[in-house]
Amino acid sequence: MSMISTKDLHEGGIIREAGNSATYKTGDWRTFVPKFVEENCIHCMFCWIYCPDTAIEIDASGPKPLMKGIVLDHCKGCGICAHECPPAKKGKAALVMVREEK
Amino acid sequence: MSGKMVEIRWHARGGQGAKTAAMFLAEAVLTKGKYGQGFPEYGPERRGAPMRGFTRISDAPIRRHCMIENPGIVIVLDSSLLDSPAAGVTAGTAAGTVFLVNTTDAPAAVSKKLGVKGAKVHTVDATGIALETIGRPIPNMPMVGALLAVDDMLSLDELKGALVEQLSSKFSQVVIDGNLAAIDRANKELVSA
Amino acid sequence: MEQKLVALSGNEAVAYAFKQARPHVAAAFPITPQTEMMHKYAEFVANGESTTEMILVESEHSAMSAAIGSAAAGARTFTATSSAGFALMWEVVYIAASLRLPICMAMVNRALSGNINIHCDHSDSMGGRDAGWIHLFSENAQESYDNGIMAWRIAEHMDVRLPVMVNYDGFIISHTADALYMLPDDAAWKFIGKYNPAYTLLNPEKPITVGPLDLTDYYFEHKTSQLAAYEKAPAIIQQVSDEFADLTGRRYGFAEEYKLDDADMVMVLLGSSAGTCKDVIDEYREKGVKVGLLKLRTFRPFPAAYLAKVLAGRKAVCILDRSASFGGQGGPLYTETRSAMYGLQVPVHGYIYGLGGRDFDLKQAASVIENLKKVAAGGEIADINLLGVRL
Repeated sequence: MSMISTKDLHEGGIIREAGNSATYKTGDWRTFVPKFVEENCIHCMFCWIYCPDTAIEIDASGPKPLMKGIVLDHCKGCGICAHECPPAKKGKAALVMVREEK
Repeated sequence: MSGKMVEIRWHARGGQGAKTAAMFLAEAVLTKGKYGQGFPEYGPERRGAPMRGFTRISDAPIRRHCMIENPGIVIVLDSSLLDSPAAGVTAGTAAGTVFLVNTTDAPAAVSKKLGVKGAKVHTVDATGIALETIGRPIPNMPMVGALLAVDDMLSLDELKGALVEQLSSKFSQVVIDGNLAAIDRANKELVSA
Repeated sequence: MEQKLVALSGNEAVAYAFKQARPHVAAAFPITPQTEMMHKYAEFVANGESTTEMILVESEHSAMSAAIGSAAAGARTFTATSSAGFALMWEVVYIAASLRLPICMAMVNRALSGNINIHCDHSDSMGGRDAGWIHLFSENAQESYDNGIMAWRIAEHMDVRLPVMVNYDGFIISHTADALYMLPDDAAWKFIGKYNPAYTLLNPEKPITVGPLDLTDYYFEHKTSQLAAYEKAPAIIQQVSDEFADLTGRRYGFAEEYKLDDADMVMVLLGSSAGTCKDVIDEYREKGVKVGLLKLRTFRPFPAAYLAKVLAGRKAVCILDRSASFGGQGGPLYTETRSAMYGLQVPVHGYIYGLGGRDFDLKQAASVIENLKKVAAGGEIADINLLGVRL
């Protein structure tokens, strides 16, 4: 990552670029990774609500939000999404944790 | 330091209005084109506690910010302080120092008590005057009136004008009139040795 | 400019100066001898003479915290304190400076405990001398008022953006009725002007983050950026002071040089004792003693190069501190001035005086000059001396 020099910093340590945490990639050290099985998804948004980061990508443009997948740049593999995902389609959940291939 | 400077030390008890008088006089002389500085010595803020106040009046801006050790004029608002060595009424005084004492005693008796050779002692019953004019034993303004009988730093009218200006926003006309009458009476009733 | 001659206490004078800046917010907690200043300000607000939003907080830590929030939101903000009040602000005092918030603060100098004392010395503000504020010192009510006007222009200048502390001596100045010239409200407002914040916390169109975590990767860079502000501040302080002189006729710089041109001997000090020294210097001057006074106005930023220039070539210099530095080397003014004089080959010694409001009188000032004469004639004196105390 490139480091900003003193002369290019905002005075007072103020951060003026809003929402810049989206550009900070933190998801590069997982053991397990959530696998999205789209046909089992009922788009309940539990995963989006419970994700402690911003790793669930959704499409909010329609009348009802749709789960789109995992943003691996921010996912730390904690598994909360898979734990909360309801097995609504024939007892099958849409998110399952699998060992990540490195 | 250029020009003449008068240094006044006030001795009183908390609640007698010496702080107000010391600061008021510093403000009142501005109308005369003079510079004033007034401040009390802050100690235990208890009603009846001995306290000192200081006023400097000068033709030139006043620069020093220390207490007054060698006053030209000493004003005593409570005669019981004459008997208190701790009050230090005579400290730093000498022949020629003017003493203005609120008492029913004659100047000769006060002179004897003070024991400062060559001091000029004046007395006035400011408490009596205050009781009769203001209705309360607050001798500060009558003492300022008496002061003008021994020093021409201000005319009586200038003093009264400044007093009205300062009191009018805070006090009723009755109180203002009482103070004005007290100033006039003390100015006339001052007894000199 | 026509100015009104009035008699006001130092506290009242600063209350007027701050009112004339039309601040949006004031947050303060009462402490002697600052209380009267906020009383006066509360009176302005109650009378409708000021529209300042007054936040009456439950402690000085809260006062400074509220001031920081307010200033970060883009409001012109002030607070006021003394002694233990400043000590309680301690943590957030640094934050005000680090965030580069142009808060103005009336600092009514009072001794720190213990034992408990309400009177003047400079141990309160000196404790915060490295916190990043600009420290202006005042000799009398006039200078307290003038600094109270200029503080806003200095603090809010885009090259400075630092909080400013207007120091004036507790009781000696704060509670003394003194004659001073005051600017009319409109002239003061024209001089100070409207505040244009660099950013505002409360703009939903342009959200920002204030006070983020700052670790080993960036803290040093941010402090380096802050350090640069103190390099820029002196020029701005002088520029604002010059403009003020054009308006009022009262000239200010980093220090007042009193009878210094041909002085062999120089006293260096801060605050109200300067006036007392001037009267005594005049007496000595009449006797042909070449003594002068350097009364420092800006303790922070410390004008080291200026002092070295002014003090070079003198026969004797003494530095008077109204605060002790326990376990240190003399008082803070001594340490800094002596350091600024490194290499000058001028004999220098120091005094600690006036702690807890001990009167600094004409005799003490005269004794200092007597010692200067001895040193100038090749005599010896201790590096640090105590003045006006029973040993």
